[in-house]
Amino acid sequence: MKVDTEFLSALKLGGEFDARLCINCGTCTALCPLGVELMPRRLFRYALLGHREGVLGEAETIFSCLLCRLCEANCPAGIHIAENVRTLRTVVNRDVYGLAEA
Amino acid sequence: MPVPIKSTLGMLGDNLRKRKSALPLRRRAVTGWTHGLNIPRGGETVLYTGQMWQMVPAIDAMSRQLAKYEGRSSARLFSVARSMNKVLNLTPFLARTSARERAAFDERLRNIAKLLAAAQVPFGYLYEDDLYAGGLAHDEGLDDAFRVQAQRVADALRRHGVRRVITVDPHTTNMLRSVYPTVVPGFDVQVKSYLEVLAERRLRATTKLGETATFHDSCVYARYEGVLEEPRSLLKEGGVTVLEPEMSGKLTFCCGGPLESLFPGKSAEIAKRRVGQLSAVSKRVVTACPLCLANLKRVAPADVTIQDVSDYLVKAYCPAPVPT
Repeated sequence: MKVDTEFLSALKLGGEFDARLCINCGTCTALCPLGVELMPRRLFRYALLGHREGVLGEAETIFSCLLCRLCEANCPAGIHIAENVRTLRTVVNRDVYGLAEA
Repeated sequence: MPVPIKSTLGMLGDNLRKRKSALPLRRRAVTGWTHGLNIPRGGETVLYTGQMWQMVPAIDAMSRQLAKYEGRSSARLFSVARSMNKVLNLTPFLARTSARERAAFDERLRNIAKLLAAAQVPFGYLYEDDLYAGGLAHDEGLDDAFRVQAQRVADALRRHGVRRVITVDPHTTNMLRSVYPTVVPGFDVQVKSYLEVLAERRLRATTKLGETATFHDSCVYARYEGVLEEPRSLLKEGGVTVLEPEMSGKLTFCCGGPLESLFPGKSAEIAKRRVGQLSAVSKRVVTACPLCLANLKRVAPADVTIQDVSDYLVKAYCPAPVPT
């Protein structure tokens, strides 16, 4: 696995990405209406490690989040999970899909 | 496999930048609901629809089209469609809607205008400047296109001297109240949902409906905006016994609507689960969001009736016109 420091910087600039507070308890996954398909813990760990390929390889997962905040309402660490997923979407749109404003 | 994400989101961003809407509608489709209501243009307080109710029939039609391509290798087809859409607005061709469908959704806006009038709340309307608020672009992470649209909306409100906005759906409420202040410098318009405005006025029902129904909380009203008690208290005053489903209030379960564009199949699965939870309590279901209404109705069995909260409230609070 390669740590991409530029990717880390981009995420830091992407808003209130507070996934470092995650205690890896799995409450989010257990409650998610999409079940085990969506795993914020794994996505966020990749992001925090600067594992660019890991995050970008999960593009479909990132876009399948409902942003419904059921996980967030029960997160013991109070993480802004939906906003973090949204931040990852902005990165995928820019770095994978080339959808940033020209 | 979802529908091709890149081209679908690309079309959304292109539409928003070029045509000021996720699914650009003809002007008459946006403002036609006001016919005969004599709502004044502009004013310090306006009813702001953000085109959400008007757009839902097109979203519904588009979702049905997209579902045909889920799981199929269609990236090239979508790429061509995106290129064509840059030149010609494809929405009227890809999202064909019937006059009956449009009229049904417009009726909810008319309900809301009548309810505000019954509560003696003075309000105007921006007509052609009632722009889409950009919620879908925000949620999908198309931040550049979203910021442009948010600024357009803020400019329109400023141009008309608007100080207070009354919204009609959770998504526009969330955008204007909680997101715009973070992306539009100096945005200080007061934003309230019509449900909050009506609840504050402590309206008395003119008719007690004597009905029973289960209430589906929208995720955005319940967990983003804290609108929980208002629809319940209005329904109860109107003589509706409100039953709570398995997951309700702050712990409500999503209708699946947010996935209808990219993952129509998953969206339908989640909607079916939610309809099951709701109909286990009552076969009559009340929603408070146009997207929840459309998504749940699409999968509901024939014996389950799903209606918007305004359908109930208008019967309870707005006296029927006397026949002449």
